[in-house]
Amino acid sequence: MTRSIAVVSAGLSNPSSTRLLADQLATAVDVALRSHGDAADIHVVELRELAHPLADHLLTGFASGALAEAIETVRAADGLIVVTPVFAASYSGLFKMFFEVLEKDLLRGKPVLLAATAGTARHSLVLEHALRPLFSYLRAVTVPTAVFAATEDFGGTGSTEFTSRIATAAGELADLVIGAPRAVLADPFADVTPFDQLLKG
Amino acid sequence: MQFGIFTVGDVTTDPTTGHTPSEHERIKNTVAIAKKAEEVGLDVVAFGQHHNPPFAASSPTTTMAYVAAQTERILLSTATTLITTTDPVRIAEDYAQLQHLADGRVDLMLGRGNTGPVYPWFGKDIRDGIALAVENYALLRTLWDTDVVNWEGKFRTPLQGFTSTPRPLDGVAPFVWHGSIRSPEIAEQAAYYGDGFFSNHIFWPASHTQQMVALYRRRFEHYGHGTADQAIVGLGGQVYMARNSQDAVREFRPYFDVAPVYGHGPSLEDFMEQTPLTVGSPQQVIERTLGFRDYVGDYQRQLFLVDHAGLPLATVLKQLDMLGEEVVPVLRREFEALRAPGVSDAPTHASLLAARQTAPVAAESEAVAV
Repeated sequence: MTRSIAVVSAGLSNPSSTRLLADQLATAVDVALRSHGDAADIHVVELRELAHPLADHLLTGFASGALAEAIETVRAADGLIVVTPVFAASYSGLFKMFFEVLEKDLLRGKPVLLAATAGTARHSLVLEHALRPLFSYLRAVTVPTAVFAATEDFGGTGSTEFTSRIATAAGELADLVIGAPRAVLADPFADVTPFDQLLKG
Repeated sequence: MQFGIFTVGDVTTDPTTGHTPSEHERIKNTVAIAKKAEEVGLDVVAFGQHHNPPFAASSPTTTMAYVAAQTERILLSTATTLITTTDPVRIAEDYAQLQHLADGRVDLMLGRGNTGPVYPWFGKDIRDGIALAVENYALLRTLWDTDVVNWEGKFRTPLQGFTSTPRPLDGVAPFVWHGSIRSPEIAEQAAYYGDGFFSNHIFWPASHTQQMVALYRRRFEHYGHGTADQAIVGLGGQVYMARNSQDAVREFRPYFDVAPVYGHGPSLEDFMEQTPLTVGSPQQVIERTLGFRDYVGDYQRQLFLVDHAGLPLATVLKQLDMLGEEVVPVLRREFEALRAPGVSDAPTHASLLAARQTAPVAAESEAVAV
């Protein structure tokens, strides 16, 4: 069975280490799904390209064009990989903006793998202090292993450990995606509350 | 089909001159705009209700009565009457009184209002918005349709043996539209009562309008008021016109760029693509407006917003000239030619009165709603 995996990457440079980590995680999730006889259909959402539509959304209250498509990609995904650079001791503003404009409950119950990059490993607990509470608030199901990459992880001495951490997190996401019922979102325009119920308060 | 304008009543600085109209000037301008709307042959002018700056429009029925006294033909409506924070007893009284003064040239559009702090000023809570709209309107209907009312609900003091006066003109309550941008409950409410549904349709993508109208039509049929395509639909629209489209864009851009609501956001060009805003020649406005029918079906009322964002009175009056002389006559003809058989016009006092006179007489009774 093919599982749709959306990868939300908030890297700003091109190429970015954030995107590099996002791609490694996506590949690892595909490998993990294949070991279960499934496969991943990967959709990457690069937030840099959506910076202007995101700012517009804050001002107008609606998503246009590519942003609307990105939101639909996330809505339709069976699982999510989210990766942000660490700015000023937290996720980047651009990263937060994207999750602010998702309508309520869009992430409810969705399996999410959390990841972040920074120049130094000193920021690594951003995953636990900033990202995990955000996604708990959004009612997503975060996988226990979050992945942090500092500059030295891209080829330093500890890189085996880093690779195995990616595999662990990817395996956890794959398990959740396979175990989770496929997302069925209620359509408020199809399943309207009958008026006599509204009248009863 | 009815064509008209709706005004919010915002007091906004003209960004090209720095002039901010006084409240007095804005209110008088609103009257001038309404009178001009009648003069150029429009059918409806709708006034806003707001209880916070920068608006000068807290008492729509006062303005409507003043305009009614100075006009002959144009129908006066609202955009919107706040059903959440206005006591339904006052709505029942005010609009019935206005009906008498205006000889029935009155209907109203109910809306909830989306400014949180306004609610507590009237003893309400925005989180109850839908519930307030539901209960208050149920009471409003009862007050208009029933002479002596015993009533008890959640949001106001109970009524015992209460008669709302004056009674509606000729025993026929004003026609009611329900306006909402994205709340399915309000489309459902309009459908349940067989009232009109109005989609604001400006500042938002057409997809919102399409979803809401489709739901309203489906449920209108479900509740037995007629077929889905006979439901009573109104739409907003936002236009700025000049003889040629380049001039329209050049003239409107400074207002657009810093306008309340959407200013400092998307470009004029993007916003025109993303929402029904049309800045261009009268011909472009005609074509765009006719296109609305493609996604909502035949509809009964088209209101344009032409006076916001600090546009000066002279400019607004010029817009109305173009609307009345060049746009609306063509739209009237074209929409009429396209309209499917069986689709009627929006109800008016005269049509509601005629329908009542041919309908079997309902037993007079006391309603007890809880």
